[in-house]
Amino acid sequence: MDMALPVVNATAAVFARVSAAFNAPLARAVVFGVHIDGHLVVEGLLIAVIVFQLSRKSYKPPKKPLTEKEIDELCDEWEPEPLCPPIKEGARIDTPMLESAAGPHTIVDGKEVVNFASANYLGLIGNEKIIDSCIGSLEKYGVGSCGPRGFYGTIDVHLDCESKIANFLGTPDSILYSYGISTIFSVIPAFCKKGDIIVADEGVHWAVQNGLHLSRSTVVYFKHNDMASLASTLEKLTRGNKRAEKIRRYIVVESIYQNSGQIAPLDEIVRLKEKYRFRVILEESHSFGVLGKSGRGLAEHYGVPIEKIDIITAGMGNALATDGGFCSGSVRVVDHQRLSSSGYVFSASLPPYLASAAVSAVNYLEENPSVLANLRSNIALLHKKLSDTPGLEISSHVLSPIVFLKLNKSTGSPTTDLDLLETIADKVLKEDSVFIVTSKKSNLDRCKLPLGIRLFVSAGHTESDISRLSSSLKRVSASVLSDY
Amino acid sequence: MVRLPYTTALTTLFSYGLLFAFGQLRDFFRKFVDWFKAKNVKGYAPICLGLEDFYVRRLYLRIQDCFGRPIASAPDSWFDVVERTSNDNNKTLQCTSNTTRCLNLGSYNYLGFAAADEYCTPRVIESLKKYSASTCSVRVDGGTTKLHAELEELAARFVGKPAAILFGMGYVTNSAIIPCLIGKGGLIISDSLNHNSIVNGARGSGATVRVFQHNSPAHLEEVLREQIAGGQPRTHRPWKKIIVIVEGIYSMEGELCKLPEIIAVCKKYKAYTYLDEAHSIGAVGQSGRGVCELLGVDPADVDIMMGTFTKSFGSCGGYIAASKEIIQHLKQSCPAHLYATSMSPPAVQQVISAIKVILGEDGSNRGAQKLARIRENSNFFRSELKKMGFEVLGDNDSPVMPIMLYNPAKIPAFSRECLRQKVAVVTVAFPATPLLLARARICISASHTREDLMKALDVISRVGDLVGIKYFPAEPPKIAEADAEITS
Repeated sequence: MDMALPVVNATAAVFARVSAAFNAPLARAVVFGVHIDGHLVVEGLLIAVIVFQLSRKSYKPPKKPLTEKEIDELCDEWEPEPLCPPIKEGARIDTPMLESAAGPHTIVDGKEVVNFASANYLGLIGNEKIIDSCIGSLEKYGVGSCGPRGFYGTIDVHLDCESKIANFLGTPDSILYSYGISTIFSVIPAFCKKGDIIVADEGVHWAVQNGLHLSRSTVVYFKHNDMASLASTLEKLTRGNKRAEKIRRYIVVESIYQNSGQIAPLDEIVRLKEKYRFRVILEESHSFGVLGKSGRGLAEHYGVPIEKIDIITAGMGNALATDGGFCSGSVRVVDHQRLSSSGYVFSASLPPYLASAAVSAVNYLEENPSVLANLRSNIALLHKKLSDTPGLEISSHVLSPIVFLKLNKSTGSPTTDLDLLETIADKVLKEDSVFIVTSKKSNLDRCKLPLGIRLFVSAGHTESDISRLSSSLKRVSASVLSDY
Repeated sequence: MVRLPYTTALTTLFSYGLLFAFGQLRDFFRKFVDWFKAKNVKGYAPICLGLEDFYVRRLYLRIQDCFGRPIASAPDSWFDVVERTSNDNNKTLQCTSNTTRCLNLGSYNYLGFAAADEYCTPRVIESLKKYSASTCSVRVDGGTTKLHAELEELAARFVGKPAAILFGMGYVTNSAIIPCLIGKGGLIISDSLNHNSIVNGARGSGATVRVFQHNSPAHLEEVLREQIAGGQPRTHRPWKKIIVIVEGIYSMEGELCKLPEIIAVCKKYKAYTYLDEAHSIGAVGQSGRGVCELLGVDPADVDIMMGTFTKSFGSCGGYIAASKEIIQHLKQSCPAHLYATSMSPPAVQQVISAIKVILGEDGSNRGAQKLARIRENSNFFRSELKKMGFEVLGDNDSPVMPIMLYNPAKIPAFSRECLRQKVAVVTVAFPATPLLLARARICISASHTREDLMKALDVISRVGDLVGIKYFPAEPPKIAEADAEITS
């Protein structure tokens, strides 16, 4: 283009001179009734040159795909990272090994200890009736069910268990899952798809976070257990948003948060949900069989009618002393999961003996509601005895069976905090034979709540167990935390 | 691979088109009927909008009785199927108290450990009494018992790797492990027909996912070369690591993976391999050690081997076997290890006893007998079906054999007619398989006797004639040839 301009100018100059020379005689030329002036010829030639330049392709560097040899070289040069990062020095990897059932008293690494590390809230581990029903099941059905629910993996005990749980809770129907943790991360993607809105508490545990991530919906977190934050988030999302009526909207909360021991205020949540028209997914793993006059969960505890909660999920690995999980709700909710919940459709069903254990556990709870009173008095006693522990404070709700102890003053870094807490737990186990554990965090977990010592209180603990724990904890924490 | 003849494709498409048209017509009328009834509470969007659940409402519900059949006994070679009735045209089904004793061709019971076993069950009951049904605790807290440690060691020894880690459910094993191994900036290349748990795990990890053609090492090589040379999308930075995920036996095809070639390709391009042996561990191989043994691959060449205990060991749960460093890393960071209730102790004991039987460490040769029987049964059944003219997929030695049905009407016809003749089969349609390729899937077990198999073949042949699925010409029976010899 640069070189062309002077050429154009030169050409134009030449033509101007030539036409000037011809101007006089050409002034009288007439073509098709139009007077031809000399300048028309020049302009016509200029237009022709401009059109010629514009029609030429602009210069682009040619695209050359990589040759085979170049690809070979790149492949040879490429070095992958190792599959796992190197193990940090001094990381604790050995876990205590149990040699008997995980009841209130158990044998760890050869010696008898008081066990505060199992979520055996109703003390059903070792219960004779449950073990008998399991034995009957094992002899009749074997151990595994050898198939997913859709392909001959549905055994009549599964159907019995589902109807039993639905009757107990007072909901129309329920569905069983084969593993506690997979319940919530299969339920959430079954209902929430791309484009839906989910408002979740920021302290939910990993399985809920995984479910939220897999659902590909828009997730907005609100401050942990803070109802004002929830109200303002809901307000922001629905104000002026006319399309909000067509999108499905969910609130995801846990009844008792595993990471902090707080209890969600369900009456407030239901009031907000009805005001802003959201559906509620309630994760009740640690409150089913614990809260409420007869153990029916958070709804009974707050006196909220069960129909107002759209979806209730729970893992049965806690109060019911079995394995697996269930989800309960209206008939439409449950039927939808039978075909679109991946953890239900693509996985083998729950082993039948665990389903019969669940049925026996629910029967036991219905017949002996006094076990809940035992549990509650144990929790109250523990709170009273631990209220003056040096350096540690109880940060969980007074009714929560997970008693969460965290450091009064954090040292500043989470790793040193965790080290201190683990030292306390180790010493308590080694010196006083009381088995306690700290809360654990995976690096895939995005919850930012502080770590602490988690004590799982059971209805099977006696007063002397609790006294032993409190005196040991006070002594050890005084010695370990004296410098901080 | 499936070769779909044109006439079959046309008739199948026509059938689906007809079903779709009728479904739309019924939806149209349903809109009028529902005009007066307020189905949804005002202000809440419905759980499924419009066409999202069209397939379920209009196609699946018609043949709902072929799926989810409840049973009232152990899933052994013969079991009791509960009869169900419906008084609203299959929309809801109610169980009756009648049961039919049927031959079981659907459960994943490859080595026959499904029902009570003479060696395993007493030990399981003992461990139940000692440890009770659950530990109510996660593995890192108070959920590790001696049984768990024993099984981890035994599983590692059985598979041929230095160390192993256990999980309570096979599905969770895949979904929770893959995010621990790879994250953003990594690449996962998975087979196009991989199981849903692998897809979920890959999606949950945040890495980029690419798919290669089913069981094609050549296409895998092409994809690898393209991806390594191109780097991460848009930034073109080199990938942090690449993991290739394949399965041992693909459950809907019955095919074995082309493992030696795929391992060779991965080694050449320095990609890590992840082998999911859910269906093949315990069922194939001279001593039951899975596809590595069958195809002659050294377990040290596969970086991570995953398997489940549900199919061949009659229990529940899954495991990952790899080098000691990887297992230690997983024990510290895998969410399923840190947050999920540990595997139920009686189920752990069942797997320990089953592995001991297979290895012959229980003092008898029942394990070797079972392995020989399942190989014999699978090969016999497959060759007989092929001789009858059915289109059967899968390789020799694989205990899973799909029989192609194609047409949507043949699915309930085959399933219901077989049930009437007391044979229980599993039929699979969309979305587990591609739309046009519906099939019936047979799973052979070591507890099937020769008479059971002959009865099954007889029933399937008769039903196959009735329904019209013998797409290939049948081999003429040997008697006719002998007659021809005599008369000539």
